[in-house]
Amino acid sequence: MKYIIAIIKPHKLEEVKKTLEGADVNLMTVSNVVGQGRQKGRTEIYRGAKESSGLLKKVKLEIGVNEEFVERTIEAITKAAYTGEIGDGKIFVLDLQDVVRIGTGERGGEAIN
Amino acid sequence: MNSGDTAWVFVSVALVFIMTPGVAFFYGGMARRKNILSILTQCFAIICLVSLQWVLFGYSLSFSPDTGYGIIGGLDWIGLKNVGQQPSADYASTIPHLAFMIFQGMFAIITPALMVGAFAERIKFSALVIFTLLWTTFVYDPIAHWVWGTGGWLGNIGALDFAGGIVVHVSSGVSALLIAVLIGKRIGYKKEPFAPHNLPITFLGGALLWIGWFGFNAGSALEAGGLAANAFVTTNTAAAAAGMAWAFMEWQQDGAPTVLGIVTGVVAGLVAITPACGFVSTLSAIPIGLVAGILCYFAVAKIKPALGYDDSLDVFGVHGIGGIWGTLATGIFAATAINSGGADGLLLGNAKLLLIQIIYLVVCIAYALAVTWILYKIVDALVGMRVDKESELIGLDLTQHNESAYTVLE
Repeated sequence: MKYIIAIIKPHKLEEVKKTLEGADVNLMTVSNVVGQGRQKGRTEIYRGAKESSGLLKKVKLEIGVNEEFVERTIEAITKAAYTGEIGDGKIFVLDLQDVVRIGTGERGGEAIN
Repeated sequence: MNSGDTAWVFVSVALVFIMTPGVAFFYGGMARRKNILSILTQCFAIICLVSLQWVLFGYSLSFSPDTGYGIIGGLDWIGLKNVGQQPSADYASTIPHLAFMIFQGMFAIITPALMVGAFAERIKFSALVIFTLLWTTFVYDPIAHWVWGTGGWLGNIGALDFAGGIVVHVSSGVSALLIAVLIGKRIGYKKEPFAPHNLPITFLGGALLWIGWFGFNAGSALEAGGLAANAFVTTNTAAAAAGMAWAFMEWQQDGAPTVLGIVTGVVAGLVAITPACGFVSTLSAIPIGLVAGILCYFAVAKIKPALGYDDSLDVFGVHGIGGIWGTLATGIFAATAINSGGADGLLLGNAKLLLIQIIYLVVCIAYALAVTWILYKIVDALVGMRVDKESELIGLDLTQHNESAYTVLE
């Protein structure tokens, strides 16, 4: 099992979600985040004072998948989130030790099937 | 007594009242999210405190018959004794004396509320309560008497201030600057981002201020007539000119016009036209507004950073500078053709009025600064003006009021 964390451009969320559903990946957690990469943030100016934290708004997806779903999940996100411009984001893949489905008590791969 | 005049003054009382919540929203949106409730609380507390101070003794100090020398009113009207349903012999002969009293009360309320922006995000609430009562009693009440009270010495030498350019805006603007310097910069000022947390709320506050200002300025005619119409139109015109002037300054200097800029510019224009609105023509209101927008932009965006003080939400840059310009502008643009009770200004060949306006400015600024300094030291010794470092970092909403404006979890 892997735990996949994807950081994408906010306007790409709907497309990524649809592509993931098309690949039969339906379980995900989505949050608003800020961050920085090679792409620099825009400067904000308030009454002439430059106030820039340099952080950009991104969306974070967290998805737990069984091994056979790993590649197609990565592929779906990459395909849908790609613009070719700087700032498209990152995908992190982590080993996942265990999962518990709270409603049924199922454990491991069963819990995210 | 005239029912039309009375009705208009009551509408104006309500309009001026709404300006103080307007100030709260205007400043609250500019603060960081951890401090908005402290600003809203301070503004409502000021409404409550000064409302009581005013009917108990503040109105008497400002407006009751002079005690000699034109310095201060007496105690004849303490607790509104002799202030009743009939018109006063000294003020606004066509409306109930009580209506005049409460109209003036709204001005006394908004003045200390304007100062909240200078020491925002770091003042102790108990200090604000004590300071507000002292400042209103020892700074606002005497200055209001000098200019507007019967027998007040500045009114007697011919100083013109139609709706409170100095009494309200310069007095609060310079006092606020001094407090900002004495209380010190916020932790992290100029080292970390201090972006406004909710500009739509600031916009709402600016809109309420603009609406309320019609009562502030046109209501100061104290009658429903031609002079009120003049003040109404000059007010709107100056605000419009100043809003665009500020926006264009930003566009040229910083690359883009901003909502914070256009709203601030409008307020600067409203401040500048305040002393002049009942003495100048509509066409004179345009240069008054344009210069207000440009001058206040420079004060806020260029001079403040160069000097390095933390007047957090620019009370001095907008109300102080705008009020000083408006007071001088009254000496330049005033015309007896607009108001026979006023005087001709510099453009009509009367340099004396401008000189009187300068004396008026110098005296009031010096008085406000001196007394504010003394009151600051007293309150600081009594309860401490500033919260401790940890409270400031956590935010005043939680540490002074045990509340949060925005919950993270439902």
